[in-house]
Amino acid sequence: MKVSLKWLKEYVDIDLSPAEIANRLTMAGNEVKAIQTIGEGWGEKVVIGQIEAVKPHPNADRLRLVTVNLGKEERTVVCGAPNLNVGDRVVFAFVGAELKDGHTGEKIILKPAKIRGIESAGMICSEMELGISDENQVIMVLPEDAPVGMTLLDYIGDSILDLDITPNRADCLSIIGIAREVAALTGKMVREPEVSYIERGSSIFERISIEILAPDLCPRYSASLIHNVRIKPSPRWMQERLVAAGMRPINNIVDISNYVMLEYGQPLHTFDYDKIRGRKIIVRRAQSGESIISLDGIERKLTSDMLVIADAERAVAVAGVMGGANSEVTDQTTSILLEAANFNAASIRHTGGLLNIASEARYRFERGISPGLTIPALRRATQLIAELGEGEVAKGYLDIYPGQQKIVPIVVSSEKVKRFLGVEFSQAEILNTLTSLGFECKAISDTDVQAKAPYWRNDIHLEEDLIEEVARVQGYEKIPLTLLASPIPSRNPDPLLKLKHSVREILASSGFTEILTFSMVGLDMLKKLSPDLGTVEPPPVRIANPMTADMEYLRTSLRANLLSAFAMNRRFEEGSIRIFEAGKVYLPAGKRQPEERETICGVMGGQLFAGYWQENERMMDFYDAKGTAEIVLERLGLNSQFVLSHDSGLHPHKQAEIIVDSTRVGIIGEVHPKVLAAFEIEEPVYLIELNLNCLVSLISYRKPYQPVPRFPSISRDIAIIIDREITHQRVRETIQGFPLVEMVEIFDMYMGEQVPPGKKSLAYHIRYRAQDHTLTDEEVNQIQQQILRKLNADLGAVLRG
Amino acid sequence: MKAIKTGEEMLNQLDKIKSEAIVELDRATDTGALEAWRVKYLGKKSELNQVLRSLASLSIQDRKTVGAAANSLKDYLENIFKAREKAIKEAQIVAAALKETIDVTLPGRRPPVGHLHPIAQTIQEICEIFSSLGFQIVDGPEVELEYYNFDALNIPEGHPARDNMSSFWIDITDESGKRPMLLRTHNTCVSARVLASQKPPIRAVSPGKVYRYEASNATHTPMFHQLDGVAVDKNITMADLKGTLSEFARRFFGENRKVRFRCDFFPFVEPGVEMAIECAVCHGGGCRLCGNSGYIEILGAGMTHPEVLKKAGLDPAIYQSFAFGMGVDRLPMLRYGIDDLRLFFGSDLRFLRQF
Repeated sequence: MKVSLKWLKEYVDIDLSPAEIANRLTMAGNEVKAIQTIGEGWGEKVVIGQIEAVKPHPNADRLRLVTVNLGKEERTVVCGAPNLNVGDRVVFAFVGAELKDGHTGEKIILKPAKIRGIESAGMICSEMELGISDENQVIMVLPEDAPVGMTLLDYIGDSILDLDITPNRADCLSIIGIAREVAALTGKMVREPEVSYIERGSSIFERISIEILAPDLCPRYSASLIHNVRIKPSPRWMQERLVAAGMRPINNIVDISNYVMLEYGQPLHTFDYDKIRGRKIIVRRAQSGESIISLDGIERKLTSDMLVIADAERAVAVAGVMGGANSEVTDQTTSILLEAANFNAASIRHTGGLLNIASEARYRFERGISPGLTIPALRRATQLIAELGEGEVAKGYLDIYPGQQKIVPIVVSSEKVKRFLGVEFSQAEILNTLTSLGFECKAISDTDVQAKAPYWRNDIHLEEDLIEEVARVQGYEKIPLTLLASPIPSRNPDPLLKLKHSVREILASSGFTEILTFSMVGLDMLKKLSPDLGTVEPPPVRIANPMTADMEYLRTSLRANLLSAFAMNRRFEEGSIRIFEAGKVYLPAGKRQPEERETICGVMGGQLFAGYWQENERMMDFYDAKGTAEIVLERLGLNSQFVLSHDSGLHPHKQAEIIVDSTRVGIIGEVHPKVLAAFEIEEPVYLIELNLNCLVSLISYRKPYQPVPRFPSISRDIAIIIDREITHQRVRETIQGFPLVEMVEIFDMYMGEQVPPGKKSLAYHIRYRAQDHTLTDEEVNQIQQQILRKLNADLGAVLRG
Repeated sequence: MKAIKTGEEMLNQLDKIKSEAIVELDRATDTGALEAWRVKYLGKKSELNQVLRSLASLSIQDRKTVGAAANSLKDYLENIFKAREKAIKEAQIVAAALKETIDVTLPGRRPPVGHLHPIAQTIQEICEIFSSLGFQIVDGPEVELEYYNFDALNIPEGHPARDNMSSFWIDITDESGKRPMLLRTHNTCVSARVLASQKPPIRAVSPGKVYRYEASNATHTPMFHQLDGVAVDKNITMADLKGTLSEFARRFFGENRKVRFRCDFFPFVEPGVEMAIECAVCHGGGCRLCGNSGYIEILGAGMTHPEVLKKAGLDPAIYQSFAFGMGVDRLPMLRYGIDDLRLFFGSDLRFLRQF
């Protein structure tokens, strides 16, 4: 909402600067986004002049020597504009004036110049040079009554406040609404326009009738009738104000309806009375199949949930949204039926949205303006049409008000104000503040004030609403700063959030960088994860109104975005890439809300230590991913097992489920080469995926401590030759089963020429320790022999020579 | 055959040994010379040892005097030997160290270390502040029921506030053919759930993802992050709201940033509040970053609307409550001068590694 300060001053005295007024309005809830100053820098240097003479330039065909009368003096300057007419009022800038460059628009200070040998001190300005518009071909010509010698600042200077009106304050979408705010905030009185006009001839009741068939959508419909109107341009002052507010002047009737809408906040509509058939206005829902050609010439198909204004035969307007071409006011119009109505906000929003029509009227109606506004705005517009359109007003006006509601007074107590705001305002302060906003107030006890909201406000329903009025006008800065004084509620932290945080920290300290991607994905991305299936299991939850196909579904896996991110980063990165995401996946649950599973997924690939000097480089493999998973689980205090698994998105033989307490909590593996190819990744990538919802129930954070050993250990190495199929886990468990074995660690595995075909060599480091004495070599040798015999008997292992 | 020496002669001899030993020890600068010195003055065949061995030839009186002097000299020589030995070893260590040189400008070998996402770091930081103020961190569903996202928050169907929060609706219909679920458009629905499920006193904040039907550009993305909070008790005031949020701002933005509270409108609070902090670039003077206002809007807040409390089963005549909600993503943008929101969701390691 753009508000001219000059216009605003007609309704309220303002003795603060534009910036100060803007600040007061902003603090009280009507934010001023910007202040546009018309005439900034003009001062005394830019004045109104009249062209006295235009003579040719002796040295240039296109240039003229122009003499301008400035009241007290005359000046002659060189000018090249094509529209130089003796007698015209123009804008003259003295040397030193702050103007805009006529080509670049940049700020300049006018300097004396010699143009083709003639001194030229000063300039006749175009609108662009004045910063008013982009017009730079012709000089600006002012109206004939522009006072010669007056500064342009005094003549057209202004400040335009650009306000952001909150949805609850449709009453502030008007100059008078803002004037009321300014008055309350600065202790001034509002001057509303005095409205009076003469009614002549027949009564409106004999000429037209109104029937509201949909009172739920039209609480009030008011109308007046004006005959013998002359359609012509509106006066300059009205046009200027419309332009300043961002509207285009059309003719006096349209301009008056727009002007009064800006002034009062009540949208108005004008019909050509002679085009209304059957002398009847019917407010009804559209019939199915009905259509109307709106003022913009587009045929609009109407549905039965849309409200129309109709005559006896057809729709003549889409109520509150746009008029119809069939009843439009034209140059031939002589009788105007003026409408000031109130419509249901939700209905207007619905209709405007369906028809895709954005209008100033719709904007106000859909915010819910007060029905109390119709008559003041109707009478004001009728007055202006009578004055500026030279019309004759028919006697009386129509006012059908099925939605009339009694304004119920609300009681606010100074005690509640104190208890609610934490600062005391006296009963008198409360009463005065509300009165300044137009409330009808009276004190009904020592503390209580009864307040009745003014007719233009429809956002006041509760005591809290009145408390806000008091607080915002008095100023939020009067409320002190205190900290919550009551005891802290005792509640346990969410274990899932704690777990998520822990795992993220562990992964980051293990070299993984966190990414954060959109939860919405395209189906093709999910399909890429299971190349052999051709479908996505489980079927992802679809968004009914997706923005694009690549954000149509809720992700069922974090893998797709991670692999895309891997591929994208590989374009810039050599060496290792380790990334992870912690977020939800969304699994369908029939008609219920999807299961939102907290998942952490990491992918890794490339050289183990990228880009470091003096390192023996090797590529990451499965065991790097497994090691990361082991560290995560160990840090969480969990004992885990890894069991060969069958995830179709992973390499058939290089994957393992992570099992904790016989619950599957995640998976690790090499991403299936086909999946990698689908993501255009040309190297092995390893993945760790953890289901935090499963993990969280298994964590106790209370793992008992192991005492530090008191007796020394003895270590032995052992190398065996064994069938390739026999897993490390079986060997390890066999050794681990013996007493005094504290730890078994593999340190070498070999398959190749040095061992027989089908065999492998495994080398273990075994640490022995007794809890109650220092071990002897003999004890250890004995167990070691037993171990070898058992390995041989159970697994066919032989000692490597 | 050597003549037998008198006690006095022996004492003179000890003095001579001592002065010679001191002079020679000063000349011993390596371990070999030091060992030779030890053999000469403290070895079995040393002159001192000979003196000790020949004590028997002296009178009892002389034996005592000379014996004490000889033993004292032996202790003395051993001490200065040890001191010298230590000094020489230290000198050798220093000399050896001086020979070792490296190029300290070569890069260090680092263990691989990753980075947490700047938005996640910001959420963590904010949660720590509110945790220390007694707020519990809570979570809620992202696919939310229309009821909690709108109706429970005093935003009925047709309310203009729904326009400002264009929604992604889930393609699932109920029996009446309506779509009851959407991607939550704000985190205030988590506060609505907290109000409905917990008994006062309540203090809770919920960080998380929210979704709006908005095309991606430098300042908008269809998914972004909010942190919402609510406090309920019998005596909570708007002064508590201002105090709590000022304390947050002080800890997050630093001591000397001015905080401004002004009236604003949100359907779920009354009175409504907007909190802004002084612009870091112009310090309140007005610049391009803050749109010439001197302040940057940080959060919306207010006293929880009585209708919202009632819908959650709380009696507004007994309980008072404040609530607030802030956009998270803007905070690291302001802190690090990031001018494009999309960078956060672009997964580019060259960006993410800076945090």
